[in-house]
Amino acid sequence: MEEAQYEVDLGNLMAFDQHHQFASPPVSREEIVKETTEQATKLVQAVADALFSLPSTEDPDGPLVKLPEPTTKLPREKPMKGKLPKPRPPTQWEVFAQQKGIQKRKKEKMAYDEQTGTWKRLHGYDRVNDDNDIPIIEAKATDEPGTDPFAERRKEKKSRVDKQEGNRLKNLKNAQKAGALPSHIQLAATALPITGTQSQPKRVSKDVLQNVAGMAATATASGGKFDKKLPGEKPLKHEKKYRKYLPAVEGSGMGTIEKQQTESVLNRLMSKHSHQILNVEKAVNMHNAKKEKNQRRQGGQSSNSGKFKANKKSFKKTSKKGPSSSKGKSK
Amino acid sequence: MLKIKTPKSGRIKRDLEKRAPKLVETRKKTLILHGTKTSSVLNSVLTEIHHLKKDNSIKYSRRNDKIRPFESGGETSLEFFSLKTDCSLFVFASHTKKRPNNLVIGRFYDHHIYDLVEVGIENFRSVGSFSYDMKLAPQLGSKPFFAFIGEAFESVDELKHLKEVLLDLFRGEVITNLNLAGLDRVYVCTALSPNRVFFSHFALRLKKSGTKVPRMELVEVGPSMDMVVRRHHQPDDSLRKEAMKMAPDSTKKKEKNVVKDDILGKLGKIYIPDQKVGSVPLANKSKGVKRERREAKAAKGEGDNPTTPKKQKQDSE
Repeated sequence: MEEAQYEVDLGNLMAFDQHHQFASPPVSREEIVKETTEQATKLVQAVADALFSLPSTEDPDGPLVKLPEPTTKLPREKPMKGKLPKPRPPTQWEVFAQQKGIQKRKKEKMAYDEQTGTWKRLHGYDRVNDDNDIPIIEAKATDEPGTDPFAERRKEKKSRVDKQEGNRLKNLKNAQKAGALPSHIQLAATALPITGTQSQPKRVSKDVLQNVAGMAATATASGGKFDKKLPGEKPLKHEKKYRKYLPAVEGSGMGTIEKQQTESVLNRLMSKHSHQILNVEKAVNMHNAKKEKNQRRQGGQSSNSGKFKANKKSFKKTSKKGPSSSKGKSK
Repeated sequence: MLKIKTPKSGRIKRDLEKRAPKLVETRKKTLILHGTKTSSVLNSVLTEIHHLKKDNSIKYSRRNDKIRPFESGGETSLEFFSLKTDCSLFVFASHTKKRPNNLVIGRFYDHHIYDLVEVGIENFRSVGSFSYDMKLAPQLGSKPFFAFIGEAFESVDELKHLKEVLLDLFRGEVITNLNLAGLDRVYVCTALSPNRVFFSHFALRLKKSGTKVPRMELVEVGPSMDMVVRRHHQPDDSLRKEAMKMAPDSTKKKEKNVVKDDILGKLGKIYIPDQKVGSVPLANKSKGVKRERREAKAAKGEGDNPTTPKKQKQDSE
């Protein structure tokens, strides 16, 4: 049994005895425990020897010792990030600045405000050149009489801020693509547009959402009466099919509603098939025959007056419908 | 449509930065959870491991049905938990007929499974079954000693892996300054056979010895169990290489003001501070200014009291 050479990893306070073998196969549990305890004591003693021989500083709690680095290499838990500081692509501004040769300048803490004639800070409360502090804006020749210049300034500022937000989002998207998003920023998808275009999906209100099931129920034959409801779903606003029943007792007004209903249906039918229903020739002949009879009775007047000439044309095409139709007219 | 989410409060920002990858890593958190079925033995094993690593472990009490670490689809839940709790070690217990008292110890790299070791627990003795003097009980969070006994830890692949994983699991924080008075525990692993390891936990007692190094005495406390290695899963070479990358050595001091030129060789810069012409104390004081002379004069002057002081020679050297 070689005792001298244990592998000692001082940084981990570890000792490894490679060469130990159980002299005789251990029979009982106690033997194992005993043997283990003995060996372990020796190992720990070896580590402690090395440990206590390190230079120590005195401390109220006890002697402090500076441990060396552990020799057993263990795998990391996260990929290394500190080494590669910025592989991210340059932002839009950085590209532009590089092109134009613009250098970064250090900002001063205070700036002189012409309006009040004092030194004020650059951003925040009570700042230099605050938009709200401008009392008078002189009108330019290009200004229209009705426009409010203060409102114009505010609108412009808002558009500038929005543009900047869009640029910031673009820069972060590029950084994310390159895998170099700063650790405290996350890009989250708010809503996935189902439309193929860039249009914003319309925000559906809570009431509409609650009635959606009811709207879909009207497609069923029973009007959604037997649909299974989820817990918490409100009952349908209109549970039955849409039907209109005539009143049992009708008022005196324009006559029976039922008669009107049937009449309108009939009129529509007639107007469509008027050319098939009316035999124009026969009607004309009958009319002429009647007329002749009357004239013979009244004795020998001009025969051609009032007689109709049969017109073979169908009455259907003209806006004037056939003589027997009275579409939409109430009698 | 993307939205930029930045933390609105400083607390959240600090938490996110704590979870960000660092150049040098000091501590790993452990996730302790169990599967569909556990036995009483496994339950006590889990609670005791949780107690041993109290301040950097998280124990889930509900059962998790969908976790099967060794199957290809069964580790998604584990990876999600690792992401949410920022844990890079896990201990998963399950008890089936085929593998009774099964414990899977695994590690994550970048919140994906790095490696796994599956052991079966036998002959478990819990903390309560050991009787010892309460004063010796190891303190929570103290840095432990490790003792690995047996050549099988070097020759057998699985035991080598298990050794590494156990070291990682119980190591605690990696620190540079250690207080020698606070050493009070040892984890001992003995290889009883090529697939069986006897794991136990001892408290340390430092006894006076003649020399500066105290004598160590071990008292068995804490859980002890037999671990039978069942399966294990090693990472691919490329993944291992990536995970083992160490931070560049920044302890070497950079030499300042030295430039290595190709033609002239090594060039150094020396900075000379400005000369303070007026305030430099002159080495040779003029004769009359010397202190002894002045004192002697003063002593003599008490008796004589001359009306005109002597004119001093202007000795400028």
